[in-house]
Amino acid sequence: MSLFGLKFGKKKLKEEERQLQANNRDFNLQFEYANNSIKTSKYNFFTFLPLNLFEQFQRIANAYFLFLLILQLIPQISSLAWFTTVVPLVLVLAVSGVKDAIDDFNRHKSDKHVNNRPVQVLINGMLKDEKWMNIQVGDIIKLENNNFVTADLLLLSSSEPHSLTYIETAELDGETNLKVKQALTVTAELGEDLQKLTEFNGEVKCEAPNNKLDKFTGTLTLRGEKYALDNEKMLLRGCTIRNTEWCFGLVIYAGPDTKLMQNSGKTTFKRTSIDRLMNVLVLVIFAFLALMCLILAIGNGIWEYDKGYYFQVYLPWAEGVNSASYSGFLMFWSYVIILNTVVPISLYVSVEIIRLGNSFYIDWDRKMYYLLNNTPAQARTTTLNEELGQIKYIFSDKTGTLTQNIMCFNKCSINGKAYGDVYDMSGQRIEINENTEKVDFSYNHLADPKFAFYDHSLVEAVKLSDVPTHRFFRLLSLCHTVMPEEKKEGNLVYQAQSPDEGALVTAARNFGFVFRARTPETITVVEMGETKIYKLLAILDFNNVRKRMSVIVRSPEGDLTLYCKGADTILYELLHSSCDSLKEETTEHLNEFAGEGLRTLVVAYKNLDEGYFQDWIRRHHEASTALEGREDKLSELYEEIEKDLLLLGATAIEDKLQDGVPQTIETLAKANIKIWVLTGDKQETAMNIGYSCNLLNDDMEDVFIIEGSTSDDVLNELRNARKKMKPDSFLDSDEINIQFEKSSKPPKIIPDEQANGVYGLVITGHSLAYALEGNLELELVRTACMCKVVICCRVTPLQKAQVVELVKKYKKAVTLAIGDGANDVSMIKTAHIGVGISGQEGMQAVLSSDFSFAQFRYLQRLLLVHGRWSYIRMCKFLKYFFYKNFAFTLVHFWYGFFSGFSAQTVYDEWFITLYNLVYTSLPVLGMSLFDQDVDDRWSMLFPQLYVPGQQNLYFNKTVFVKCMLQGIYSSLILFFIPYGAMYNTIRSDGKAIADYQSFALMAQTCLLIVVSVQIGLDTSYWTVVNQFFIWGSLSVYFAITFTMYSDGMYLIFTASFPFVGTARNTLSQPNVWLAMFLSITLCVLPVVGFRFLKAQLKPTPTDKVLLKIKEAKKRPPPPSPKRRLRRTSTRRSGYAFSHQHGFGALIMSGRNMRPKSPFATTGTFSPNSDKYKHKGLY
Amino acid sequence: MKSKTSFIPQEGEAHPSRCPDNSAFKQQKLPAWKPQLTIATVLSSFFLIGAFCLSVGVCLILSTNSVREIQIDYSDKCSDCSKLRENSSNWNKECHCFVNFTLNEDILGDVFMYYGLQNFYQNHRRYVISRSDAQLLGRNVNIQKSYCAPFTTYQNGTPMAPCGAIANSMFNDTIHLFYNLNSSVIQVPLLKTGNSWWTDKNVKFRNPKSYNLSSAFAGTARPPYWQKPVYLLDEEDERNNGYVNDDFIIWMRVSAFATFRNLYRRVRRIRQFADGLPAGNYTFHISYSILSCYPRHSLTIR
Repeated sequence: MSLFGLKFGKKKLKEEERQLQANNRDFNLQFEYANNSIKTSKYNFFTFLPLNLFEQFQRIANAYFLFLLILQLIPQISSLAWFTTVVPLVLVLAVSGVKDAIDDFNRHKSDKHVNNRPVQVLINGMLKDEKWMNIQVGDIIKLENNNFVTADLLLLSSSEPHSLTYIETAELDGETNLKVKQALTVTAELGEDLQKLTEFNGEVKCEAPNNKLDKFTGTLTLRGEKYALDNEKMLLRGCTIRNTEWCFGLVIYAGPDTKLMQNSGKTTFKRTSIDRLMNVLVLVIFAFLALMCLILAIGNGIWEYDKGYYFQVYLPWAEGVNSASYSGFLMFWSYVIILNTVVPISLYVSVEIIRLGNSFYIDWDRKMYYLLNNTPAQARTTTLNEELGQIKYIFSDKTGTLTQNIMCFNKCSINGKAYGDVYDMSGQRIEINENTEKVDFSYNHLADPKFAFYDHSLVEAVKLSDVPTHRFFRLLSLCHTVMPEEKKEGNLVYQAQSPDEGALVTAARNFGFVFRARTPETITVVEMGETKIYKLLAILDFNNVRKRMSVIVRSPEGDLTLYCKGADTILYELLHSSCDSLKEETTEHLNEFAGEGLRTLVVAYKNLDEGYFQDWIRRHHEASTALEGREDKLSELYEEIEKDLLLLGATAIEDKLQDGVPQTIETLAKANIKIWVLTGDKQETAMNIGYSCNLLNDDMEDVFIIEGSTSDDVLNELRNARKKMKPDSFLDSDEINIQFEKSSKPPKIIPDEQANGVYGLVITGHSLAYALEGNLELELVRTACMCKVVICCRVTPLQKAQVVELVKKYKKAVTLAIGDGANDVSMIKTAHIGVGISGQEGMQAVLSSDFSFAQFRYLQRLLLVHGRWSYIRMCKFLKYFFYKNFAFTLVHFWYGFFSGFSAQTVYDEWFITLYNLVYTSLPVLGMSLFDQDVDDRWSMLFPQLYVPGQQNLYFNKTVFVKCMLQGIYSSLILFFIPYGAMYNTIRSDGKAIADYQSFALMAQTCLLIVVSVQIGLDTSYWTVVNQFFIWGSLSVYFAITFTMYSDGMYLIFTASFPFVGTARNTLSQPNVWLAMFLSITLCVLPVVGFRFLKAQLKPTPTDKVLLKIKEAKKRPPPPSPKRRLRRTSTRRSGYAFSHQHGFGALIMSGRNMRPKSPFATTGTFSPNSDKYKHKGLY
Repeated sequence: MKSKTSFIPQEGEAHPSRCPDNSAFKQQKLPAWKPQLTIATVLSSFFLIGAFCLSVGVCLILSTNSVREIQIDYSDKCSDCSKLRENSSNWNKECHCFVNFTLNEDILGDVFMYYGLQNFYQNHRRYVISRSDAQLLGRNVNIQKSYCAPFTTYQNGTPMAPCGAIANSMFNDTIHLFYNLNSSVIQVPLLKTGNSWWTDKNVKFRNPKSYNLSSAFAGTARPPYWQKPVYLLDEEDERNNGYVNDDFIIWMRVSAFATFRNLYRRVRRIRQFADGLPAGNYTFHISYSILSCYPRHSLTIR
């Protein structure tokens, strides 16, 4: 995508303003706007080979090997045959090339799928089916219900009254409630009259494409008049049309210019920190190599001058070499070729194979398979595994990730009695699970079959016509702004602005108070089978200050009642003093509900006096038509009437968490992972979820809430929070402050700071926008990273990515982002590791993720088991690999001093070729595919085992230096022990054995046995495969050696196998074996001793845990922990409400009423006739 | 209200289960041996290895002490010859020198005679590859393709047999050993065959096939530093002549280090020498060759 955008950006000047005319392709074409096709693929058939090769050679390693190959082709310096490099290089290029080709093919396929979706376009007065990609800016297209929006459109007209259009924006911002868009009146008149639409020639001027989802400004010029356009009139790509039969739209932005695509962030090639470290190390090694080669080259220069000059009698200088220094220069390159085996190409191949293998384990894990929607876990990127073992920050989406996005009416308190819990005979509360008996709602044929409730006593109360209970449910069925939809008789679907409201109305419906239909003035409710029509007199709508909503209705009997629901804190102030005792009981229940993480509302009612109400409604009418201070006047009036309410009870709604979320979060927290929740949802909901999944709890010292609306406010709030957490972080003596002082430019990495307790931080999107700017960035990072938990609410997709980017930038930590919707895509792409929740409707998150699975709880297995193993395996692999190649290569260095610095290799050329490829590749691969220090159960039980990974303890520069030193030590032993054993030695039969070939064989056999023993020491989990690989590799070595050194091979390939007979003649000598034994002992014993003593004398925390596990293993294994997280919070909930203004005004205006619904009574304003019609139904 | 997780696939064939196999391999539950470093294993292995090394060491020291060895550096003793050679016009003049030494004790058993060279870089990379194994196998090959240069052909195009720097620089001092017993001088009988590896003698080196050796090497010339062509290396023994000459084979097995010893002769155990070399005075009779100009060389008897 970015590639595409870039290309276009280059082609034309940066777009300042967009100008287009409807139905005028010729006019619009002159601006060269992008059309609606998207391209995420990189290559086509012809560009694949050159582009791919070009990309591959950009990797340092590949370029290096190409360089080596060229060196080897120069005869003067070629110290090794060319095939030693060419074969592996071609292999590597081919494998990654094929992989890239397959990936790109899949991208082509998905692009094609999206681009070929059909849509109806208005062309020459006719609606034609066109493919998405052929849509141009300025086209008019028709969308139908449940269609995806094709491009960013200006809404022209729709089937609904007042040209309203309902859309769902879940893919865009993760909010699942419906949103309403409304067209300009002037375009709404067009309707679906194709003639008029074709003649429509409005000109639109608007801003250039950008990524701001909630902002749009432009003007429409039609017949000389100008109309302002804003975001309320835009349908954005990525949304879905709901509840709207059809609508017409004018394409404003298409394809890559759409806000969705502009928001999708850059696709960056992800590399792991080990990759980056490896690149650094490879450079260090190159420097080291260059130094060694320099030493040897200088040595050669001196030698040629001092000794070689005389030796010329026997060995004249090579052609073209006329001085010792030139010989030294050539020798430098010869040694580069010989010593390059420290970083062999097989290192890169093996790393890829290991990652691939460990990725397969993730795909294969049955414990990460979700039966319910048949989804196994999937490692979509196979190159990031070990990073999973180093995660320090998790950025999680809320909706659909932590929660299931299902609201359930779970409990309630009616008139001082709590319902919802199930008790057994002895009065013990029973855990509700799938087997618990559900309440039977068969008495009510309008009930929603999906609704589940377990407490039978509530149904009994309803059936017994308990007055408060009836009133309670009546309130729930009346006091809301839900829109019903009844396409088929009895099949009611509620369109709620917030899922909480939907849940409440659904609950009332199931208990026998079915909200069936509404008109601007009436609400039809089927109460226990009897249709009643209430007159809706006023809706006192919800807003964020009031935190409550009320309706005033007149019942068929003529009673005037005000029903109110709202947040407990607010409503309790408005209650009549007569309900004080009830208030106390209800408070108790509320605390209980809140303790379980439920979202609560208090409900109350009040009977109104006719006379007073008439007066009030008159004043209300005046206020609502007032020109000045309308809002204030209205809220004053609302407050006046909403008082002395009578308490009815409370509702508790469960925002259903996914299974195992609190346990997972607890485990991850123990593993020292910080969890940040980034959600588009409102603050209360986000905090409530924070409490219910144990992110926030009452044990925390404090939860800071940052909601400032200016830059200064935000700064102050952040500073205050930090002051409280760590007062001395403001002193000049603070390390970080000193660091700030010292360097004029902002520091790159901020070290971790310890707070004096456990804190949480909640920040709203608005404040976040300020906090992410310029110098506040640092404040935000310092403050937020001191907190255990951070919750960001009301954030846009791009902000999510920015937050991740921020942490990536200032913290030397590995980040993971997990989400399920299109709004998480940018953060998933930005984080080091992106995880998508799969098996749900939207696939964007999964498609851009690196790993995907169906349930949040699998995250702990992914990190603590797979991640940890992958990390440990990779580290062990690298440690061993560098060791074995240092030990292997440096022997040449020492030999240089004894062979006139002539780039003579110690080993047989074939051994050099096969060493990394055959002899030592499989044992180390076996280790890095099978090794487990502790099994999965223990790694989950002791999350602290994860910590070394975060601190990058198992492979870093120090560890590398240690490997290097060990390698150097081994190479010394491996050279000088054979040297000592060979020097002037003769066999027992008097024949010579100190020849070059015997020495080579002895040195290489020693080396191979030493590295095999070393891998045996490193392997802590010997499966059959490991045994086979280790013993197999040794036997293969001897088999191949004896074969290559055999008479037959020599007689056939004389030039290639000059070592004929060496194996037989040398390996039959006891002194050779004794020398080998000595070198093995000297290489291995110190390592064993060091490791043993270190674990005994200076055990790391991990060693201690491992010891604990070892002891625990002797006892029978503990049962898997099945404790229920008991929450003790007494905090009172985030109330269950939408964050926007309600639909109240819309409903009262009747603008969204449909005149033609077949079953409902809406739209026709003769309630009486309907009443009779309905009664006839029962 | 939209429920995101309510999607449940239909049961049956339409949706085959994607549940991974429950195999030990795929679930990473392969049975395994999990060795650990415990006090017992570490200490016992240390002691066992220590004991083994100690006993082997004692045995080795004892057996080394029983070996009698005499080493004589004759580079200085033959300094006249080397001075003579410094003037290159004298390169083909014969030069002899004598080196006396005394054995205080008998050397019993098989007695070997080695020549040793110091600072002779047989392990130099370009030296090591400067040979043609195919040529030494008696094959008619184009040695231009080998690494023999510059010892490949003469200017007139005659190829050298054997080619290459190794062959050219072959050690060709001729050494005889005399036993001075009561003013009579007895030549010690020396074996010049059976000194090389069986594989070298029988597999790696073969003469070109022809009715006789000199015709087999027809069309080739000796290497520049040699005094006689390859088919005259041992005129007495057909099976020790040409490429399969033991002295040549041993020389061609290049040494790993710049200081080395090669087996030259074995004492033939007959007459007085049946049990080895008896104590007494001996003389080496060395006919000095061109090779000897630069490196130090020695003779060893053991």
